[in-house]
Amino acid sequence: MMSHWITVPVLLPAVIGAAMVLMMRNDLLLQRVFSLASVLGLLAVSVTLLVVASHEPPEVYQLGDWPAPFGIMLVLDRLSALMITLTAVLAVAVLLYTIGSGWDNRGRHFHALFQFQLMGICGAFLTGDAFNLFVFFEILLIASYGLMIHAGGKDRLRAGVQYVAFNLVGSSLFLFALAAIYSITGTLNIADLAVKSAELSQGDAALFRVAAVMLMMVFAIKGALVPLQFWLPGTYSNAPGPVAALFAVMTKIGAYSVIRFGVIVLPPTHPITGTLIADLMLPAALVTLIIGALGILGATTLSRLAAFAAVASMGTAFIAIAAFTPAATAAALYYMVHSTLAGAALFLIVDLVAHRRAHDGLRQSLPPIAQAGLISGLFMVSAIATAGMPPLSGFIGKLLVLDALRDQAALVWSVILATSLMTILGFARAGSTLFWKAHASAPDGDAPGHPAQVLAFVAVGALLAGLAVLTVFAGPVITWMEATAASLYDPSAYIAANQLPEVK
Amino acid sequence: MEALVASAIGALTAAGIYLMLRQRTFPVIIGLTLLTYAVNVFLFTSGRLATGLPGIYSSNAAGYSDPLPQALVLTAIVISFGMTAVIVMMALGAFLEAGHDKVDMNDEDTPVEGGQK
Repeated sequence: MMSHWITVPVLLPAVIGAAMVLMMRNDLLLQRVFSLASVLGLLAVSVTLLVVASHEPPEVYQLGDWPAPFGIMLVLDRLSALMITLTAVLAVAVLLYTIGSGWDNRGRHFHALFQFQLMGICGAFLTGDAFNLFVFFEILLIASYGLMIHAGGKDRLRAGVQYVAFNLVGSSLFLFALAAIYSITGTLNIADLAVKSAELSQGDAALFRVAAVMLMMVFAIKGALVPLQFWLPGTYSNAPGPVAALFAVMTKIGAYSVIRFGVIVLPPTHPITGTLIADLMLPAALVTLIIGALGILGATTLSRLAAFAAVASMGTAFIAIAAFTPAATAAALYYMVHSTLAGAALFLIVDLVAHRRAHDGLRQSLPPIAQAGLISGLFMVSAIATAGMPPLSGFIGKLLVLDALRDQAALVWSVILATSLMTILGFARAGSTLFWKAHASAPDGDAPGHPAQVLAFVAVGALLAGLAVLTVFAGPVITWMEATAASLYDPSAYIAANQLPEVK
Repeated sequence: MEALVASAIGALTAAGIYLMLRQRTFPVIIGLTLLTYAVNVFLFTSGRLATGLPGIYSSNAAGYSDPLPQALVLTAIVISFGMTAVIVMMALGAFLEAGHDKVDMNDEDTPVEGGQK
């Protein structure tokens, strides 16, 4: 029986994280061993769940054995299995980098917070209950507040306050939306919501539309969709490098929730909301992509460049999601997996550079850095992936998105292609300032020595290797994504798995 | 009673949003607190306002008050309390490091050439 394994991605980090705080808070080596064991265990379990989910219908775990819609459900379907596997892969790479670069030694409780963050992320991906989604959002956020200000510093703390304030507003908005939805439908179970919200009377239509848009706004805050993206550049560029890399999956939680609710609960065929969500989301996503590309072009520091690259990638993902067709959703899923790995690799490389330079500003070129050849090579690969140039998976992802949006080609194609050019220019400019002009500014000076940090390079290499795997096996992966999207657009199996009671 | 509760939620939300848009962290935190109070009351009323109705089984009850929003609001209160504590600590840390409590980051003490270690 597989069913108990569904709880492992939530329980394992929770238990290990608590044990770290209680029993090994003064022993960094022990923390590293347990943290690594935990993420490797998470990876093994999530891959197993992925294999199971791809062959079997959605499976429900009833916490405390309370039946739906009253109990709290964990639901394992293809989408949630994909997302927790992505999280686990990212967690392994980020943890290796953290250990290799010694970031975990610059403040206390990094590993415990890291585990709680993983618990919140996995829980958010697995839960089948809208209020429980809020609770897991808060768990991952409170851990992310701690990680964000890890190692301290004035700018980091001040950016952290902004980040917390922005997310507290988001949480309040989430509760307003949930309360409004509950007062109309009387349920917060996602499957039950899908059934009940389709049968609402016209008298409730106005309130339900308001609640639906508020809910999507919350996910838009998480996904950094314009005009709610303001928190992202400041947070990501001031967070420690490995933390920013882990945050690459946090924006995907917003995108995941939009897919989950937008396709299952509020599909474009919904009698009340109709295409309201899609109509609002597409222009916002296009503007997000443009702002991200402008930010890449105008960034004054390397970390802000990476942060705006994250904004731009979310713009592309949301353009595909906003179409709400199976082909576009499959493209969005492929692009999300790609952009998580590429974004994380970019943040780690930014951290490698920032450590070897006096600062990571791009206004003036500085003398060459240690291991410049290797780092510049890695930077180039991740820039190619992020900008969506061939041969890496970013190109395939953007091609899929373009292909799925043929009917809006005039607008969408021109925005995506123009912003890709701007992204290439921005990265080319940053790369030449960092690596080429460095030799001009100090022609015969040797680079200052810096320890090689093999493990850190292994972590970056692993993420880029993940991109290569995603490129080589693009065919099978896309087929799998298409089957996932098809199962989302036919939610009968998802709803049936919840075993909702017959009404009357 | 509905009008009273609704206007209380509205007033709390309006005051919260006004304070949140201030320049200093202290009013911003007070604003966030007011906003969470408003949302807690709103969450409570989502199960409909009723007086004198039992929450658990009773043989001669005319109706029941909805117990679920009470559980939800309890969770929400605990979470918002914890989050407020976190932001107070972080604001204090930022105030002690920077010497002032402005929320905005684009001021004279941000390095012009950018960059961080």
